[in-house]
Amino acid sequence: MQVTTHTGSNPDKRATRLPRSRGSRKTRLVAWAFIAPAAIAYAGFVLVPLLMSVYYSFLRWDGIGKARFNGLANYITVVTDPDLLQIIGNSFLLVLYFTVIPVGLGLAVASAIRSHMGGPFGTATRTILFLPQVIPLVAAGIAWSWMYASSGLVNQFLRTIGLDSWARGWLGDFTFALPAVGMIGAWVLLGLCIMLLVTGITKIDPSLYEAARLDGANAWDEFRYVTLPGLRQEIGVCVTVTIIQALAAFDIVYIATGGGPGINTTVPGLEIYRLAFAHRQVGLASALAIVLMILVLISIAPVQWLTREKK
Amino acid sequence: MNAKLQSLLARALIVILMGVTLLPFLSMFSAALAPSGTYPYGLQWPSDPQWINFVKAFEVANMGQLLLSSTLIVVGVVPVSVLVSTMAGYGLAKLTSDKYKWLYLIFVAGLTLPFEAVITPLYYEVRALGLLNTRFAIILPLIGLYMPFSVYWMRAHFLNVPKDLTEAAQLDGATRWGEFWRVQVPLARPAIMSLSILLFLWTWNQFLLPVVLVRDPMQRTMAGALGAFQGQWGTDVPLLCAGSLMILAPTIILFLLFQRQFVAALMQGAVKG
Repeated sequence: MQVTTHTGSNPDKRATRLPRSRGSRKTRLVAWAFIAPAAIAYAGFVLVPLLMSVYYSFLRWDGIGKARFNGLANYITVVTDPDLLQIIGNSFLLVLYFTVIPVGLGLAVASAIRSHMGGPFGTATRTILFLPQVIPLVAAGIAWSWMYASSGLVNQFLRTIGLDSWARGWLGDFTFALPAVGMIGAWVLLGLCIMLLVTGITKIDPSLYEAARLDGANAWDEFRYVTLPGLRQEIGVCVTVTIIQALAAFDIVYIATGGGPGINTTVPGLEIYRLAFAHRQVGLASALAIVLMILVLISIAPVQWLTREKK
Repeated sequence: MNAKLQSLLARALIVILMGVTLLPFLSMFSAALAPSGTYPYGLQWPSDPQWINFVKAFEVANMGQLLLSSTLIVVGVVPVSVLVSTMAGYGLAKLTSDKYKWLYLIFVAGLTLPFEAVITPLYYEVRALGLLNTRFAIILPLIGLYMPFSVYWMRAHFLNVPKDLTEAAQLDGATRWGEFWRVQVPLARPAIMSLSILLFLWTWNQFLLPVVLVRDPMQRTMAGALGAFQGQWGTDVPLLCAGSLMILAPTIILFLLFQRQFVAALMQGAVKG
């Protein structure tokens, strides 16, 4: 309606039209009407629960009886209790497997192939490497529990090549359970990272490589000075996605080990679930939940900054 | 180094990695064909393949009911999430000035939120609403939890739509609502398609919410039901493997049919998320 008053051919009016119409009361109402449903859903099932989490984290509450204000005691427990510290540490150890292996292998494949993967080979590669992304993590957990079982494929392979003494029940082993869980995550995330990096490298100008070669650069120099900077954004994406998956892991651990043996593979996500619903320590569970959320933010902030800032 | 040799090595590496990706599936498949209740070896074609295991697993896992439950949950979550976030994305990109950037930032702040951070209060909230152990206990929270990504995704799309389109529609006297449906939504179809695929996958595979909020596996998502199935049949490896493969089959078939769209959606989803 109001727009029709601006339909004059005066080009100067074009520039002022949108801001003005955006500011009017009716437009503002319309805008709110468009945004409100999403905002309500988000507020009701994310923001309110998040505030409740913060509130619970200051309480001593079993979830049934009367809650008591507990000050910062829950947070102090989270950062001093040796078990909880080990559990938080476990999730950072998982980052080594979830992040370093897929990104490392992805970079190796990408810098070696450095061309578009077209044709049937490309399609087959994409389809197969993406399978772990499509199935539920629970299924990955079940499949790998079977792979790691005492008669499973991993041990079968070790026995075939004569390493009988290495065969063991991997997920029950105090030393190897956590790396074994980590390898499941690496398996899930490998395809995504490879495809992102392979796609990314095709966007690097080939003349950069020619120039580097003319300057007498060897393969490592090319990688260091052309490939890495060129893939900055894609690496950032891979690292961010995989770090979140590692720190917030739940499904794989729940299925594959249940956190054992001992608490060797317990991660914060699993511990929150246990504290809140098995041990009825809602306050402590909430404090750990808030700490986990903050740890995720702190861990990915530098990655975002490093990979987005310079252009 | 010789470029051809290098590319050949890369392909060899990829083939190895593809093998590693497929091995767990093959190992499950071979185990699924062993006689129920026995302890098969990792990868070994059984002398007498027990195809009947799949039939047994279909009955034991109550696959028909499971498929229905997961489908109902997806139908409850995906269309609503997509509609609501498309509207919000349009509103935030086209109808608000920079003054309302804060609103967008609040949405985006939820992008990295681990679900575990809100699962405890969600339990009490859902219980207070009287929805515990119903499918709505999964549907309603998921819609909210998907908002940060979905709104972010749709807003990014609408930011790229040229202003002239809006202006042309306005000149034709279209209301915002009419313009949204007749001009913007048809143009946003690719973005909406990718978002729908992602939300479908995330819902189908959602595990934490069903485990916490719904006790009966028949009211859960596929992933949640799979967890219960493992708890019940974890000791019978052939049956567990057969059941897991059956539960995986629907997504894998869909994925193979729409491979291109799935891969594109997953890659863009990672980049934007």
